[in-house]
Amino acid sequence: MSDHHLAQLNIARLRAPIDSPDLADFVARLPEIHDLAERSPGYVWRLQDDSGDATAFRPFEPDVIVNLTVWESVESLRAFVYRTAHLEPMRRRREWFVPLDAEHLVLWWIPAGTLPSIEEAAGKLAALRRSGPSAEAFTLREPFPASIDDRRSETT
Amino acid sequence: MSLEAIAALREPVRRTVYEYVAARAEPVTRNEVAEAVGIGRTLAAFHLDKLTDAGLLEAANAPRAGGPGAGRPAKVYRRSAAEHTVSVPPRDYRLLAGVLASAVERVGAEPAAYAAAAAQGAKLAGGDAVARLAELGYEPYQDGDRTVRLRNCPFDALAHSHPGLVCGLNLAMLEAVVGDGGHVVRLDPGPTGCCVAIHSKNNHR
Repeated sequence: MSDHHLAQLNIARLRAPIDSPDLADFVARLPEIHDLAERSPGYVWRLQDDSGDATAFRPFEPDVIVNLTVWESVESLRAFVYRTAHLEPMRRRREWFVPLDAEHLVLWWIPAGTLPSIEEAAGKLAALRRSGPSAEAFTLREPFPASIDDRRSETT
Repeated sequence: MSLEAIAALREPVRRTVYEYVAARAEPVTRNEVAEAVGIGRTLAAFHLDKLTDAGLLEAANAPRAGGPGAGRPAKVYRRSAAEHTVSVPPRDYRLLAGVLASAVERVGAEPAAYAAAAAQGAKLAGGDAVARLAELGYEPYQDGDRTVRLRNCPFDALAHSHPGLVCGLNLAMLEAVVGDGGHVVRLDPGPTGCCVAIHSKNNHR
């Protein structure tokens, strides 16, 4: 077992208010997608409020929603992102979100058993935007291993 | 490596061996290959190992069915997930595709990309849809549910890096290729293969 987990933040700027008809399809799909994530192999945790939702969290800007999750590995996150029904809302994201002019998804390793904070996540996104993918803050396209020690333990 | 891989396929018997293994959904043993291709076991093993060395096949030890005395595990072979492209002189369209996909995402031009894919699909349509999908490299097969599934994703590397965009584009193109003749084309990703499946309309699920 790895002693690190993978933290993931992605943000999206809404085309319209979350309670508007334009976003109704997206909002209607959320419970199903959350449920799918929670049942996916390697899922550890996600940021949510008492209702199981996270769209009320707006730590960046009033029209920017956040998705903060923890997974066991890059592969488990990747399998959820594009090998499940999550792919369908991803395909349609331009119906609901406007493009951001900088990176909108960041990954980083955390000690297993700990949870990331929004402040930490914001710092990682800023680091990625400032210096590109590195071991501190990276992307699904250019992942970094947790540490040399982890790489060794995976092969033994 | 890729040139080496292509060179390994020049030998006709070896190519027949490769084509047999590649077309099978499950890993196959040396004996199965020898029997299917009509060659001896030693020769089958020779070609299978050459193809493995060239990176075209992957070998593994299959757990043997049966209890004690079933013997040592049989070596099984399947097509390698590695991609091989050769162009002479060198061209790198995948690199270009990655750059363009990133640009599309950056400006949010996915709907335009889907429209372009649908237009391309309409040009590719014609004749039997499943035969056309085979020609396009999707390796279609029908599952027990009369759903046509696609064993290969021709855009695999790019689907990996830009899943929403590339799978959406693939869906739009395949909708146009297959047409509306009693089929529903939709995203239905499994652990491997293409994210698109073609369901029969009169098939309730």
